[in-house]
Amino acid sequence: MAEGHFLRIAAAVAVGTFARLIMLRSDYRQYPSYPHAYVVHLSLGFIAASLGALAVPAVVTRNFMAASILALAGQQFREVRDMERRSLEKLEDTELVRRGTAYIEGIARVFEARNYLAMAAALATSLVSYALPLPQGMAVVAGIACGLFTAAVISGVLGRRVVGDIAVVRKGRIRFDGPFLSVDGIVLANIGLAEARSIIETQGIGVVVEPKDDNARATLANVGQRQAIVHDVASIMGARVDVSERDFTPLMRLDITTGRAGLVIVPIERDVEALLEVVRRVPVIETSVRKPLATRAGRIAAD
Amino acid sequence: MDVTLEHVIAAIVTTRRDRAGGGAPIFFADDDEDLHRTAVYLAKILDGVAHDLGGGTFIVVKH
Repeated sequence: MAEGHFLRIAAAVAVGTFARLIMLRSDYRQYPSYPHAYVVHLSLGFIAASLGALAVPAVVTRNFMAASILALAGQQFREVRDMERRSLEKLEDTELVRRGTAYIEGIARVFEARNYLAMAAALATSLVSYALPLPQGMAVVAGIACGLFTAAVISGVLGRRVVGDIAVVRKGRIRFDGPFLSVDGIVLANIGLAEARSIIETQGIGVVVEPKDDNARATLANVGQRQAIVHDVASIMGARVDVSERDFTPLMRLDITTGRAGLVIVPIERDVEALLEVVRRVPVIETSVRKPLATRAGRIAAD
Repeated sequence: MDVTLEHVIAAIVTTRRDRAGGGAPIFFADDDEDLHRTAVYLAKILDGVAHDLGGGTFIVVKH
């Protein structure tokens, strides 16, 4: 009996941890070069998977006390969100182009949710491997398959939308009207120095993001969403910015009459197509999502 | 943690003495070239951005 438990639990823990590992990999773009954070999150994923895996055997062996304690332990994963948020907020002062609080909150939520995913995958695995009236080996194999399927389905549902899904991203033309910098008519800033203006004109890249519908328009209007776009572009393509070199800080501003957003950046890597691709792949931040079209008033107003 | 002022006019540079006043330090420039140079220096020193108000006046703003 003890060995029967061991195999089932081990399989469930392995599936849960594996699910966490996969989600960690798909995340490298948001969270680059943090080997220690990888260790932290894998260990937390392992713990989450263990909780999920142990719940079913605890009930099966009528150890209800253990089952309740496991349920309580699941609550601890709220701490993960807090931990991520705090560490990213502390680092914010060292970022030349900030992530912004909305992006940080989004990342923190995702990290919390992924531990629940690991837990769910492990739970599904152990549930199936205990419930199926098959020989142990076959039940475990079926459990693993079911656990992986659960992980795939959940991660598919949790797979977030990107800016390219809600908006058309294209190159825009940079123009100066006196000191006023604009991209396709969207005024971004007042650049006082002539040298700075000529550098932006020759080396800068303008991008226009056109929302596809009113939902997208409201989402793009969110300052946090735009800051996330600016941060991702600057961290991937590089930006000509330093502590005492603020003239070229990448900016994204809204054309209030049409809802289009204009971005100008002086990148280190001057590759227009790559830059447009970066903008398209910026995640739509959960806290920025607005859905006016989901309301009756919003639909009437949209006509 | 450092405390820094943001969205504040850190300095005003102007060629016209009658155009500026108030709380921020004002630097008077002799001509356009001097105006421009002073604005660049101040922007670098103060980690700010120089904005052109037109009519021979620049402000340096900490963003």
